[in-house]
Amino acid sequence: MLHEITLTVNGEQRTVAVKSHHTLLKVLREQLGITSPKIGCENGECGACTVLMNGKAVNSCLVLAVEADGAVIETVENLSKEGELHPLQQAFVEHNAIQCGFCTPGMIMSAKGLLDRNPHPTVDEVKEALAGNLCRCTGYIRIVDAVMDVAKKGDA
Amino acid sequence: MTTEVKTKVIGKSVWRNEDPRLLTGMAQFVDDIELPGMLHAAFYRSDYAHARIKSIDVSAARARPGVVAVYTAEDFGDYWHVGPLQVPPPLAIKGAQFNARPLVPIAKDKVRYSGEPLAVVLAESRYIAEDALADIYADLEPLPAVTDMEKALEPGAPLVHDDLGTNLAADVYQQVGDYEAAKAKADVVIARRFFKDRCAGGAMENRGIVCAWDEKAQKMTVWCGTQAPIPMRNAIAKNLGLSEDQVRLVIPFIGGGFGPKVMTSMPDDVLLPWLSRKLNRPIKWIEDRRENFLATTSERDQIHYAEIALTKDGKILGVKDVFYHNTGAYDPYGMTVPLNTQTHTLGQYDVPNFYTQIKMVFTNKMVVTPVRGAGRNYGVFVMERLMDLAAKELKMDPVEIRMKNLIQPHQLPYKTGIIGQDFVENVLDSGDYPASLKKAVEMIGYEKFVKEEQPRLRAEGKWVGIGVVNFVEGTAVGPYEGARVTVGNNGKVVVLTGCSTQGQAHFTTFAQLVAEQLGVDVKDVHVTTGDTDQFHWGAGTFASRGITVAGSAVYAAATKVRAKALSLASKLLETPEEELELADGVVRVADLPSKFIPLGELAMKANPTRGTIEPGVEPGLEATAYYAPPHGATGYGTNAIILEVDKETFDVKIRRFVFVHDCGTVVNPMVAEAQIHGGVQMGIGTAFFEQLVYDDNGQLLNASFQDYLMPKATDMPMKMELGHLSVPSPLNPLGLKGLGEAGAIPPPAAYAQAIENAIHDVDFEILDMPLNPSRLYELVKAARKK
Repeated sequence: MLHEITLTVNGEQRTVAVKSHHTLLKVLREQLGITSPKIGCENGECGACTVLMNGKAVNSCLVLAVEADGAVIETVENLSKEGELHPLQQAFVEHNAIQCGFCTPGMIMSAKGLLDRNPHPTVDEVKEALAGNLCRCTGYIRIVDAVMDVAKKGDA
Repeated sequence: MTTEVKTKVIGKSVWRNEDPRLLTGMAQFVDDIELPGMLHAAFYRSDYAHARIKSIDVSAARARPGVVAVYTAEDFGDYWHVGPLQVPPPLAIKGAQFNARPLVPIAKDKVRYSGEPLAVVLAESRYIAEDALADIYADLEPLPAVTDMEKALEPGAPLVHDDLGTNLAADVYQQVGDYEAAKAKADVVIARRFFKDRCAGGAMENRGIVCAWDEKAQKMTVWCGTQAPIPMRNAIAKNLGLSEDQVRLVIPFIGGGFGPKVMTSMPDDVLLPWLSRKLNRPIKWIEDRRENFLATTSERDQIHYAEIALTKDGKILGVKDVFYHNTGAYDPYGMTVPLNTQTHTLGQYDVPNFYTQIKMVFTNKMVVTPVRGAGRNYGVFVMERLMDLAAKELKMDPVEIRMKNLIQPHQLPYKTGIIGQDFVENVLDSGDYPASLKKAVEMIGYEKFVKEEQPRLRAEGKWVGIGVVNFVEGTAVGPYEGARVTVGNNGKVVVLTGCSTQGQAHFTTFAQLVAEQLGVDVKDVHVTTGDTDQFHWGAGTFASRGITVAGSAVYAAATKVRAKALSLASKLLETPEEELELADGVVRVADLPSKFIPLGELAMKANPTRGTIEPGVEPGLEATAYYAPPHGATGYGTNAIILEVDKETFDVKIRRFVFVHDCGTVVNPMVAEAQIHGGVQMGIGTAFFEQLVYDDNGQLLNASFQDYLMPKATDMPMKMELGHLSVPSPLNPLGLKGLGEAGAIPPPAAYAQAIENAIHDVDFEILDMPLNPSRLYELVKAARKK
């Protein structure tokens, strides 16, 4: 069965007909052409599909698309403006917090979710916020450093 | 061969060219590819680890709306074939016995591991394909499974390959000197059994493939996240009876490799291109996480019976190590992993007598192929544990006994007498091992910790311990890599190589090598690391060989282009070559910078559309070069840690993590350090978190990230203290050595030493890995009972 939902994705209002059983992740990737949220486990265990939904970091593989009707969704595609990277993105470059980059969009959105509600977190709060985002390449230390750097500058 | 290279760009922590795309959602991974008319594949997999196939009924699946085709082994007819072996047998080792049983693409007659494919469904969507899996009925007769390596070799054990009459996949021994004679003279002999269980590659991106046959062009295009694009292209062409140029493999961004993605001739890349051609439709298959755990190759899983013979003052006379290596149900990757174990066991130590024997065993577990570390880490674990046990027996300090037995710098290059994974004698080419140990000891403040801090902390009732272990990392094996470097008419440079990247920053480090020679901005060098229509020579990214083997080829090609640019510019500017320089994207007179010609213009002049070019001059500012090492380059280092064991929970917290390493010349320190960070994460995982738990029936019990514990952000040390040594390798012009797997090698040995040292009031030994809090608790509890 198809349901028509309207949601705001990266600042743009979109109306799409979605199947009852399709997840927000699937609709973002396949119907809305937003491929930064990645499919790593489809069970909410790896965090590669993390997006902000109404300002809160969620695993988009665990959200049914129909649940996102009326929601505001943000992904990394919305962060850089006119070629300028967002401070979080820039910090990831400067701290070399990226290797293969598969987990990176989800990692950035989890970090943004944290900094939006808590602009000056402690290291432990950052680690806690990122504990749901697995990364196999970086060893996390530089990711935590990058987020702390932005938090200290306070320009997120 | 090595010359002191004065560099402008090499050695600088340049930001990565690839990052902006990865950060903004603009990097294409294989699952991001959508083609019109694309079918989706799903595999029906066996629930049993060992079973005879009586029949498979796929009629209901075929009848499901939206299903286009369902194939079993029978349906593939004559196309069904075994193998081939991806790595040849070790014929270079005298007396080596090897029984080749390469992978089958889809089970026929018999199932040999849980998760082995029995049928493949192609449907209009993945949902339909997965639903159709539930329509399939496979009548399987379960057979007793064998998972234990030692039991597998007992008489009467169930046979994984019935025709073989044994589960012994290989028996290979190598020796240097005479261990038994050395043992007879020894004051102390220590023998133990060690076990290291299995871990997953665990790339965040699962495996996947998209293939599209173009009937009009008679051409197959495949997108796939392989670490070895050229071998896979060649294998697909051979399978399909096509010439190599009829198959194009394109490598998009890859979400981590770590070894398992080096595999070709897996079910997907054998079956799906054939089906795409047969059905004349594009096909996509993306593995799910459960499939990745079950049916993508994994590694570790060895039992060692090892002994060490020493004099009473701690000098090693000999080492003997007879070990079982679990290859799982098949052995498509030859003996790469256990041979790595053999070449890494003695590590940095000068041991005159060494006997090492591999008994490789078939079991009903998933196939073992290299995973970051790839056999090196258990050789190191066994040796470092033997050193610790010897130190304890001889009442020596663990650092002291190590220092006493190190190979000295003047002994390098040191021929070990052991043939390695590249089938040539392993040679420790360069380095300063004592300097590495000294540096680590200084960095962690060993003396101060042992004499002052530890007694104080123990007095407070804390279990705090220190561990210091050494390792070597054989890297950068042959056969070769190649590269083509081209200056475009726009002055930008294109680099082509078959050595794909899974996050190691090839787009940046290869660009740095070119920028160094051509005087262009690193950002103006575009690297393509796996498009077989553009460049089709090479072996791939594995064995920590990218920067050393492919990088040396890139550098050589750039050097040739530089020579061409200078020669042509010299004529055009009427200035001797020696007076010219390449900088800022131009060739100019060094003393008269206003007299220059841009590289783009020079590229146009090098490729005229009319007139003549000089005899013997190849057109274009372009060159191709290859690099083939005589043997691998060996990195090394020392890992020193201080940790605390919680007396209530037995959880372990890292207080200090020091890692000293030498990878020769460093192209990009930021990137090199990142490789250590990532490797260490995996090393910590294999020491204290990660274990693929199989039951006696061959069932994997923890096939999800919920149950299989990879280290999280909260599990890593606060910081990594890195110490750098840089002794250039004599094997290549830049003095490079690999580094990618170093971090994954020593942590289990360091953990074991430090944990025993921390729990000072209990007499126990750590002989098995991985640990976790409950296993550590059980060990300590058992020791206390004694």
